[in-house]
Amino acid sequence: MRYMMFVVADPDAAAEAEPSEGELTIEEWLADVNGRGKRITGDALRPVSDATTVRVSRGQVLVTDGPFTESKEWIAGFDILECDNLDEAIAIAARHPQAHGGKLELRPFWTDEE
Amino acid sequence: MTTHAHRATTEAIASVVAAERAGMVAGLIRLTGDWDLAEDCVQDAVERALVHWPREGMPRSPTAWLTTVARNRVLDVLRRRQTERAKLQQRAIMDEMGPNGATQTDPQSDDRLRLIFTCCHPALALDGRVALTLKTVAGLSTAEIARAFLVSEPTMSQRLLRTKRRISNAGIPYRVPPDELLAERTSGVLAVLYLIFNVGYGQHEDHLAVEALRLAGLLAGLMPGEDEARGLLALITFQMSRRSTRFDAHGDLVPMEEQDRSRWDAALIEQGHWHLYRAASSGHPPGPYRLQAQIAACHATAAAAEATAWGTVVTLYEALLAAQPSPVIALNRAIAVGFRDGYEAGLAALDALDAKALAGYYLLPAARADFLRRLGRSDKARRAYLAALKLAPAGQPEQRLLQRRLTEL
Repeated sequence: MRYMMFVVADPDAAAEAEPSEGELTIEEWLADVNGRGKRITGDALRPVSDATTVRVSRGQVLVTDGPFTESKEWIAGFDILECDNLDEAIAIAARHPQAHGGKLELRPFWTDEE
Repeated sequence: MTTHAHRATTEAIASVVAAERAGMVAGLIRLTGDWDLAEDCVQDAVERALVHWPREGMPRSPTAWLTTVARNRVLDVLRRRQTERAKLQQRAIMDEMGPNGATQTDPQSDDRLRLIFTCCHPALALDGRVALTLKTVAGLSTAEIARAFLVSEPTMSQRLLRTKRRISNAGIPYRVPPDELLAERTSGVLAVLYLIFNVGYGQHEDHLAVEALRLAGLLAGLMPGEDEARGLLALITFQMSRRSTRFDAHGDLVPMEEQDRSRWDAALIEQGHWHLYRAASSGHPPGPYRLQAQIAACHATAAAAEATAWGTVVTLYEALLAAQPSPVIALNRAIAVGFRDGYEAGLAALDALDAKALAGYYLLPAARADFLRRLGRSDKARRAYLAALKLAPAGQPEQRLLQRRLTEL
């Protein structure tokens, strides 16, 4: 199964977060997941202040600055994972440094099998 | 065939089905990955048994008969589908059947555990976990589940469909979790079973509680090393021993101290003690379910409400609070303190609780009202009962009990 993992920053949760034992740095997390061949690609994204939202209405391209949704939380990065199942993806997400004080959203890729 | 013999056969079929259904469905899901197909074909096999067995007599091995009929039905459906996936599914079934058509291994017990753990996976919505467990593990019909949760049948049907789809779409594995996940996932399963029990136990028509007892027994049997599964079974068994005295003829709740203890089910109480003994023999320190079962045992063994070992109950609630801090457990401890040390002390213990954490919970004012009533302070008691009534679930037995107490003042 292929999963998109959105790395979500949450300023409220980050303020409350306490360092916990066994927490990996992003470098350690990447070394682990890449080493096991579970990560296809991924990257960090510039903040939402640099986002551009595009849509087309009645033939007109409408461009707005900022993200598509107003929220305190924002997508700070992404990773594409190749996992045997959801449990494996959950375990990888739980080890990501952003799981402490942020959150990860796992979305399976749409497949045309069915 | 006489009516009597016919009834005997129907009962025999029902008991075979109750014992074997989950295992058959679970095995077919493992082989095909298709939940609907597995359930439908097992249901077909059961219906055919209902036609054939009364006419031709019970087969020598009813389980093997049902399994073969269900499996052949699955193969028929798959043959007609003619897709690549269907070919793989057929292959999986044929491989397991072996050359002489007999199942080569007996993965039945593992299959049922796989089914239970998958139904209770934390990535499914809680209401979906509950509904799917009742449907596929307990074998309840969609209509029965819908009634128990007060929703329409199409709504429940949608919920089941959504949950099953999510299992395959999200990539939830069909398996017993590996060791590193087992403890956490087992407690998730226990929580679902206890939730099912509590929904049933709160209703006069309590067949969900009966199902929860059966499911807890199944799980404890499949996981002999899990003392908390045995603890949950002990807890539910003790609670069920009071089943016939909990409601009066009008369907109104009877408080424990007013229940006719001679009508409590002595056999179930004995079973409860046996399960507690088994759980304790694991040598592990008691977890939350075993502690609650020990509290239930204190109530079940007291000859009269006044004879309850309240000192032990308070100690057990304190252990439970340490294992699983919760404002509701703290409230129960305060109530037990009132019975151990006197109602004044009980009121003081209630006042010492975190009122903010319990805001909106009717049992806090209800407990206060109860102590005030026992102390003869009717005016204050009345105000507390009114406060509790405002918060109690509308139209439920708890609300009627509070109403009754209020009019008795």
